Amino acid sequence: MGLINPATEHPEDETSVLSEGSPNFVTTTLDFLTNWARSNSLWPMPFGTACCAIEYMATAASRFDIARFGMERQSFSPRQADVFICAGRVPFKLAPIMRRIWDQMPQPKWCISMGACASTGNVFDNYTIVQGIDTIIPVDVYVPGCPPRPEGLIYGIMLLQKKIRGESIVDEQIRKEQPLGPDGLFLPAHRIDELSEPFGNSVHQTRSS
Amino acid sequence: MTAPAAPQTSEPVAPARRVIAPSVAALRGEFGPAIERDVVSCGDTIVYVSRARAHDILAWLKHTPGQEFNYLTDVTAVEYRDPERPLEVVYQLRSLGRRADLRLKIALDKREPLNVDSVWDLWKGADWLEREVFDMFGITFAGHPDLRRILMWETYAEGHPLRKDFPLRGHFSRAEQTRQALAANPEAHYSLEELSIAEAYHELPKDMQERLARGERGFLK
Repeated sequence: MGLINPATEHPEDETSVLSEGSPNFVTTTLDFLTNWARSNSLWPMPFGTACCAIEYMATAASRFDIARFGMERQSFSPRQADVFICAGRVPFKLAPIMRRIWDQMPQPKWCISMGACASTGNVFDNYTIVQGIDTIIPVDVYVPGCPPRPEGLIYGIMLLQKKIRGESIVDEQIRKEQPLGPDGLFLPAHRIDELSEPFGNSVHQTRSS
Repeated sequence: MTAPAAPQTSEPVAPARRVIAPSVAALRGEFGPAIERDVVSCGDTIVYVSRARAHDILAWLKHTPGQEFNYLTDVTAVEYRDPERPLEVVYQLRSLGRRADLRLKIALDKREPLNVDSVWDLWKGADWLEREVFDMFGITFAGHPDLRRILMWETYAEGHPLRKDFPLRGHFSRAEQTRQALAANPEAHYSLEELSIAEAYHELPKDMQERLARGERGFLK
């Protein structure tokens, strides 16, 4: 999809719309330009903690090559990154570090939760593992799989690009920082407990075992 | 279909797999009643020793010619489901020169304080191994230079995870666990020495100063 400038394509529309003084036309065009630029030059910050990171490396390497999606540069510094890709399970010991890295990333920023462990905790329903990183930081795209194949991650990246193309630069809410609340939590406590409820086979475990 | 005929003669078991390690007889002669019992399991000799004499026995095993267990493979602990059965601290020893192994166990009654003597003075490698046993089981090691948690973070308040009375998902709710984890200081699990290695440069031993001064390229500036 190329960049179309409606102003030059349809000069008669330009005069008619602008003469009415509507700001919508200009804003929409700027949105399109900004989103086009942002979605095609994402700089990922890989946060690889487990086997998903291996699949992430495969995605970045020559066969699948996420440079095709504008992700040529892997940003290993959170301060020059756009997309936080959490690849792997996150222990509670790593939670404050992950939160700090997320806070260090400048806006605009997005987050991809790669794999079942990052998204839900997976089979690690135990005392060490965060039951989904969305209890700590906001997540834009969840990629299922254990681990997901590179195609899966690329599909997630394309979904994120699609999401970015739907954003608006005048919507301040979506670019607002979401710090920890006064209780030291990102989500309300009852929401975290609800999200962390065991599911599937792990229902049969008892808390006393 | 008939079952295959049983072999006429069973495979001779390698004698070494059933034989008790010669160190046990020497230990019994040296320490007598402090050697509680010995078993051979899967070819490995396991010696149960009393808690009070354990450090002496381990030191003797390390320093006595003919024993020379100079390598401490592992220090760990076991708790069994039977609540009456004592907790066991396990020392896996190896003599690199003699190519021999020996496993020592100390049985700890759970109704008494869980405390054994540290073997850090014998094998420096016991430092982190004993910290891990302390972190996971709550067993304290008398004489350990730096007995802190090693896997869980410093402010972890839920107890010792590998104990049988520890629930799999932990004692606290997920929200409380998340709150405590986010409140933890990521730098807090380093000791002051680890954080101030640059400031402590002039107090380091001479050879270490030299090695640090060479830097990555390996020559003196």
